[in-house]
Amino acid sequence: MPVAGVDIGSLTAKAVVLQGREVLSTSLTQTGHNSRVAGRRALDMALDRMGLDEGSLGFIVATGYGRTAADFAGERITEITCHARGANRTHPEARTVIDLGGQDSKAIAIDERGKVLDFVMNDKCSAGTGRFLEVMASALEVELDDLGSLSLESTSPASISSVCTVFAESEVVSRVAEGAPKVDIIAGIHQAIASRIYAMAARIPTNEALIITGGVARNIGVVRALEQKFDTRIVVPEMPQHMGALGAAIIAGEHHE
Amino acid sequence: MADEKIKSPKIQATEQMKQLITEYYIDAKTTKLPEGSHKPICWITSGGPVEFLIAADVIPIYPENHGAMCGAARIAPGLAEVAEKMGFSRDLCSYARADIGGALTESGAIPGGLPKPDFLLCCNNICGTVVKWYEELARIFDVPMFLFDTPFIHVEKPEHATEYVRQQCLELVKFLEERTGSGFSLERFAEVAMLSVEAVDLWKGVLATAESRPSPFTCFDAFIHMAPIVTLRGTQKVVDYYKLLKKEMEDRVAQGVGAVHDEKYRLIWDNIPIWYEMRNLGNLFAENRACLVADTYTTAWAVDIRIEDPLTSMADAYTKVYLNISIDIMLEQLVELMERYEADGLVMHSNRSCKPYSLGQYDLSRAVAERTGKPSLIIEADMTDSRVYSEAQTRERVEAFIESL
Repeated sequence: MPVAGVDIGSLTAKAVVLQGREVLSTSLTQTGHNSRVAGRRALDMALDRMGLDEGSLGFIVATGYGRTAADFAGERITEITCHARGANRTHPEARTVIDLGGQDSKAIAIDERGKVLDFVMNDKCSAGTGRFLEVMASALEVELDDLGSLSLESTSPASISSVCTVFAESEVVSRVAEGAPKVDIIAGIHQAIASRIYAMAARIPTNEALIITGGVARNIGVVRALEQKFDTRIVVPEMPQHMGALGAAIIAGEHHE
Repeated sequence: MADEKIKSPKIQATEQMKQLITEYYIDAKTTKLPEGSHKPICWITSGGPVEFLIAADVIPIYPENHGAMCGAARIAPGLAEVAEKMGFSRDLCSYARADIGGALTESGAIPGGLPKPDFLLCCNNICGTVVKWYEELARIFDVPMFLFDTPFIHVEKPEHATEYVRQQCLELVKFLEERTGSGFSLERFAEVAMLSVEAVDLWKGVLATAESRPSPFTCFDAFIHMAPIVTLRGTQKVVDYYKLLKKEMEDRVAQGVGAVHDEKYRLIWDNIPIWYEMRNLGNLFAENRACLVADTYTTAWAVDIRIEDPLTSMADAYTKVYLNISIDIMLEQLVELMERYEADGLVMHSNRSCKPYSLGQYDLSRAVAERTGKPSLIIEADMTDSRVYSEAQTRERVEAFIESL
């Protein structure tokens, strides 16, 4: 019997339908203002793709910030545990998960079974998160999805020293006023994020088997900057945004058994 | 989960405690002597040697206790803003900001604010901030301040440190005689010290009942019930109160009544409570079957005083409090606490307000993990300034931590 994991994040809601070890279907939708509705929509979208309905599911686990609103779920688990389990399923060799989501960033140390050994989260600050990149993209008048590829064109990244979103935005405006090329400013922003994540992750044991999850993982510029900072290659899974939902579905599968 | 299922049974003694504290504040606010004057009032820091004030028949008032009340009542940020408008930094202790704001606006958790001080007793065994804070109070109220200076203990307390503090006890006696206009009775002081010892022993006894499985109370309960040992130790009323509370906890242990429904995890709390979030946090841990069985905060008032030499042992005890010792000694005490209460983990509140308490927590958590194999969780917040607190992030961290246990 299939099971589902639903990850209701601050910006997007994701669902994964799983049968045994096989991913049957996935979905992604904007969260908007109503977490419950968004979670339900994500679940329905994933089910529709397979022509399934909720009754055909053996168990549902919800995760993400909106999980408490997911009244359709049999259990609610934090996304820290879920990202760890998801990453462990697709890349069993991973021992450190860096999850860069819409409104927070986390570093999670895991063992060979995907069990959380330790974790750190950003403080009440959006620097280094998807929201931070959204603000920067808007200040530079470029598409969010273009940030990554643009930054790779940079030969001399600008210096963005502030780690605060608000201050960094004004720094970006100053760099623009100084006439710095956009690609260099974007590369500078990615380096600033990488420094911040690196400093945070240093509080827990990290090793070379790094994997990155969450929406920001889609930004190749951030990934490259992190690789430089950590001095190692970082694995980007096929669907980084769905790792939390995948982990939730794996736990749902264990419940169903 | 239904609230009643996870909620601990109410502690019966709470009513008496509330009454005791209410009476204390009413007495302090309304004290009048026949000749039109009033009983002297002294504002004192939380780690200060209150026994001297009780013996001199001076009413002790604790801005920090009031700060906690303002925090719990969620009015501290408004009071802090008054101080911030004057130019005090938001990085300054929120008890200090709320207290300065309350003093200037004559408001707070007590109607009309705290009764005005006739003099101040500042003991720096808890932090250095109190010195500047009390100097500010001395300016605001134009009253004298006595600084009770306790040297920081790096490794071992040298003999001369005890002697230095003991000398200050004698100076404090002189200061009190001048302020009250009457002689200080050493006999009365010995009596007060004895009552203080008795209350402290009873409080230790209360805290020790949490060694049982399940624990009859959580540290959130201890944070509430510590008010009398902080403010009024050295009085008979407090001794009577803790006898009552201890009996109730012992009865719970005998009947196997736990504070948390179906207790599964036992945790230790470090740092001052997050006063405005106590209820939510208490519920959050209880929902996850985790009981915070002990903490480094309420044990700070479980100091030893030897009755045969109250002055020396008091000088000793007030110098050795948790925030006046090096991180190595803190570690020993933390490990001892973890082992004694058979804890599964440590929850550390990284308190933006309290630097001496929060500095070194990452090192402590690593060292505790090395020594005991137990993990720690660090929650970023402030004891009363809810403006720096994120409920969703804290819930995330707490639940993820418990999932990983």
